[in-house]
This record gives sequence, C-alpha cells and structure tokens, in this order.
Amino acid sequence: MMISQRFLAILAFIFGIAHAASGSAADAAPDFALKSTHGDNLRLSEHRGEVVLLNFWASWCGPCRQEMPILNTLHQRYNKLGFSVIGVNVDKDSSLADKLLKDIPVTFAVLLDDTGAVSSSYNISAMPTSVLIDRDGNMRFLHKGYKPGYEQDYENEIKELLRE
Amino acid sequence: MVVTKEPAIKLLREPRAASLPRSALAYLFDMSRASLWDSLPLALLATLTRRLLTKFSLVLLSSAPLLFAAVLPEERADVLYHRYQGGGLTVDGPSVLIRKNINDKVSVSGNYYVDNVSSASIDVVTQASKFTDKRTEESLNVSYLEDRTLMTAGYIHSSESDYISKTFHFDFSQDFFGDLTTLNMGYTRGNDTIKRNGDDTFEETATHQEYRVGISQILTRDLIASLNEEIITDSGYLSNPYRSYRFASGNSFAWAPEVFPKARTSSTTSLNARYHLPDYRAAVYGNYRFYRDGWDVKSHTFEIGYDHTLPSGWLFDVHTRYYKQTEANFYSDLFERANEFDYMTRDKQLSTFHSIAVGAGVSYELPFKNSRWIDKASANLYWDHIKFDFDNFRDAREKSIAPSQESLYSFDADVLRFFLTVWY
Amino acid sequence: MLRKIFSIGAIALLYAACTACSVEPWVKPYERDHMADPIMSFDRDPVATSYLAHVYGVREGSRGGQGGNGGGCGCN
Repeated sequence: MMISQRFLAILAFIFGIAHAASGSAADAAPDFALKSTHGDNLRLSEHRGEVVLLNFWASWCGPCRQEMPILNTLHQRYNKLGFSVIGVNVDKDSSLADKLLKDIPVTFAVLLDDTGAVSSSYNISAMPTSVLIDRDGNMRFLHKGYKPGYEQDYENEIKELLRE
Repeated sequence: MVVTKEPAIKLLREPRAASLPRSALAYLFDMSRASLWDSLPLALLATLTRRLLTKFSLVLLSSAPLLFAAVLPEERADVLYHRYQGGGLTVDGPSVLIRKNINDKVSVSGNYYVDNVSSASIDVVTQASKFTDKRTEESLNVSYLEDRTLMTAGYIHSSESDYISKTFHFDFSQDFFGDLTTLNMGYTRGNDTIKRNGDDTFEETATHQEYRVGISQILTRDLIASLNEEIITDSGYLSNPYRSYRFASGNSFAWAPEVFPKARTSSTTSLNARYHLPDYRAAVYGNYRFYRDGWDVKSHTFEIGYDHTLPSGWLFDVHTRYYKQTEANFYSDLFERANEFDYMTRDKQLSTFHSIAVGAGVSYELPFKNSRWIDKASANLYWDHIKFDFDNFRDAREKSIAPSQESLYSFDADVLRFFLTVWY
Repeated sequence: MLRKIFSIGAIALLYAACTACSVEPWVKPYERDHMADPIMSFDRDPVATSYLAHVYGVREGSRGGQGGNGGGCGCN
C-alpha cells in the first residue's frame, strides 16, 4: 500500500513538473461584471491601471471575517497611490453579506457573486482567496486561506506592484 | 489548500478541465505531509472519535470536539447541569468545559464533570449495593493543527469511592480531496483500579484499549456522511464487586457473586449522516450502529432527528432512538445451580432487551455584537425519555412469585440537560 | 480483530488517496455555506452529546460508535 502511494506521488510530481514547465508569462485576470452592495455594477477592467487585490470571502468563513479589517486598512493606506481592494462575496444569500458588513464595515467595494460564476472562472480552491492583479490586469500573486501574518506578504506585494 | 502562497502563474493558468496535474500537485503536498505517517508506529492506528465509553469504568472520554479539521475548534465555555432519573436511580451534577486557542495552531480544553449518585434501583434493592456516591472526572485535551492535519492528545482521570480510572487518548484527523474527505484515526488506553467499599483487602485492575478509524465524506452541498469502525479490547477484572447472579435453590433462589471472563473484544461499526434542507435552515440526521463482541452481545441502534432553526435565534430539535440487544453468552436471569458454568452474570445490561427513546430540545442563541469579550451565547434545554424493556431479566423484588415466573422488568428514565454556552 | 482494524485503516487510506487522483472535488470551497452551518456539525454541543452517550453507554452492553468528524467550512 505504501509503495503504490509513493509511485502515485512520483507520477503526480512528473505531471506537475511537465505542466508547470510549459507555462510562460503571467495570465490575464478573467474579466467580469458584478453588482455591488450599493446596487451599482462594477467591471474589473475598469480598474486597469490600478493594482487590485481581489478577495473572495463568505459570511460563514471565520478566517475571511478575521481578514476583513486588515484588508480595509490596506485599502485605506494605499488607495491614494493607485491600489484598491475589491471584495467578492460568494454567499448564495447576499443579505448575509450585508449583515456582516454592518458588523465589520469596510470602505472598499464589495461585489456579490451569488451564482458562483466568477469564483468558478478564477478556479477558487480555498476560502478565503486573495488574488493580486497588476496594473496591466495580470494575476501576479495568489493567496489561499488566511492566517495572521499574511498581511505582511500582501503589503510587500502591493508595494512591489505599485512600483512597476 | 496550501499554507504558503505561490505565484499565481503556476496555478491559475490550469483550465478547470485538466484537473489531474493540479490535484496531483496538491496530492504531492499531501504526500509530503503524509511522510509524517511513516514515522508513526503502526500500532497507533486509530480514528477520530469523540468519546469512548467503558461501561465498567464509567469513564467519559471526551476527546476534543473536532468539528472542522482545517481550522481549530471554536473557543467556548459550556456549563451543563445534567440529571438522570429512572428505575429508582437519580444521578445529577455539573459538567464544565473551557476551550482556549493559544495561536492559530494550538487549542487546549479542560472538562470537569461530576455524577452525584443516589440509588434505590432494582439492583440496590435486591442485592444491597451502593446507596449514594460521587464520581468526579477531570480531563485535559491539547490539539495541534498543521495545514490539513489535526492531532489531539488527551488525559482523563475519573474517581469515585471504589473506582479510579486513568485514560489517555490520541486522535489524528486529516483532510483530503478539496476538504471533502476526512480520515480519522484514534487510539485510547485506559487503566482502572477497582475497589470494594467495606472491604479493604479487595483491589483489582482492568485495562482497556480502543482503536478507531473512520472516513467522513461530503457527498453534496447539503449531505455529509461518515463511516466509523472501533475495536475495543478489555482485560482484567471486568465485573462488578457488588453484583451477583441468582440460582435456583429449593423453591426460591439464592445469590452468589458473578464471575466474568477476563477479556472482552468488541467491534462497533457506525454510519452517520446529516442532510441540510435546501431551502430552510434545518437539518435531518440519522445514525445506525452495529455492535458485536466476543461475549456474543450483538446490538443494533437506530437514531433519527431533526433540527429546525428560526431567524430570531431559536433552534428546535426532536429525535428518537431505537436500541435492540441480544444477551451475553454467560448471562441468565436464573441459573439452575451455583457454579453451573465458568462464567455467570445477571447484569441486566448484558441481557436481551430493547429500548426506545424520544427527545426534544430547544436552544436560544444570542449574538453579542458590541462586546470585546463575547461573540455569542446560548441557553439550551434538552429532555429525553427512555423506555427500557427486558426480555429475559425479571423483577426479583416480586417475592411472592416463584423464581423465573416474575414479570419481565421494564423501567422508564428521564434525562435532562440544561446548559449555557459562551463563545469568545 | 486487530488485523481487521489495520485492513480497514488501509482501505480508508487508499480511498482517501485515490479520490485525489482522478476526480475534481464536486463541492467547491465557495459552496460550503451549508456545511459551515453549526447545525450541520456532527457534534454541535460536545458536552451535552457526550453526556447522553455516557447515559446510554453505562446502561447498555454496547460500547463506542459515536464517531463522525469532518465537514465544516473547509477554510484555509
């Protein structure tokens, strides 16, 4: 049993290497338009020229709630320099997002992806997920999950992308 | 899934359909963590369970309530008042649990539990065993979370006037496959010291070991099920120093101390499922357990229940349980003579019987929006009514009736649980 | 019986390992809203559940069978 597991792991590794090696430049962030909590529509490509941190979160996700005030601080700190946090809420019932935002108010835009279409196009595989998108609209950094301390890395990456 | 971040370039590019490379990479990460397993001695195979119950030791093994394997259990404090009343026996007392997370990797919990026993049960009245007693149990659990692996170790100490039990348990839980599958393994080892009130020369020991393995699987967005297997082995003094069997003597009967085998091995297989109703915040749950052991005891347990919530913070629960057991091979209500067999017992818990229970509960949850110290609190009240019907245990209090002609015994019991919980 | 638990453990491990190979998880992390709900926890109130299990355990000839861990929000 242990031997076949190791064999599978080696096979998986080879596959992984092969796939990764065939890549080239960064990928464009899939564009989308969603309604925000204020009712207006927002399109991602409208933020071309800005550095964007796209944060996928849900009201039922503990680490997401923990992360929100920190993202709010980053948004307020770097917004003037051309950076925005855009929250994407994945609750099927959007009123749960509104309820949470009353308790944890944020100054950045929160979009509602209640059908999961945008989450699916970004292949979201963890909650929360943060994607850092550069001024040209390319995805540059991916963070899966949130643990205290991640915000240090976010800040370093934001500064790096702002300098470009 | 991974703790460390990686440049988006490698992962986001993979189209949804080509899952093999991506999940293979993730699988590789799992395997690197699985190398932890290689160093675990094979003897420590087990699954994650919450509790092991050893009837004789009356030990309540509350291993950490490991609800979510990729995040630590919630920090909470519970204060429970429990009360059992039935068959002439009343047991009540508190149970207090406090859980604190130290950082995002370590969680510690402690439990203090008391049983205050006052008994005029059928066993007491017919054989004059204990009247009042107090059992105290303290336990401590430590959990450590690393990525998708949660490990818990715990120690439980239980003591009463004539019984001391020390138990250690270790549990391991691993999430796989996009966190849809959880593998649980656990091991428990307990040592008991049994004394007899009024007899200072009497002291016996017993040891218990349990191996657990189980798989929990999210089947749909609304349905989760788990399949678990537990093997329990006991050895040493497994009987009760106060209990006797009865044998026919003349026109009546006489008592003699029961004789138990010195070993017992059992296998318990259980299937649990929970289903969230698609449109309401309500859930249906069910459980089936099959038990058999080397003493020929076999049992089936069926349980179903329903939880319904209201937006205002109320929760209502109803449930029912059916239990059917067939007797141990050395059980008899009335033996033909003293020392008829090597092993003899009249312990009604090892007879052929069935029980039906119905229960209901109500909870009210209150969020604390503006408090730094408390997230939410709840008050809960649960009541269960259980009816036990014995097929081959007779009411020996009926003195005027010839032995083995007395009516089959049955009794009702009520269980009350009232508890307050605070999350912080 | 020990051999039985070892073989069951091995099968469980193989099952878990194999599912990672060829099938994509069909419940996405952002679809875990119901699973994250406390009412879907196998053990929402551990102190109360373990007490009732204890009540049955000391009155019946059976032991164990209170398993079930998993589900939840699957965060991080």
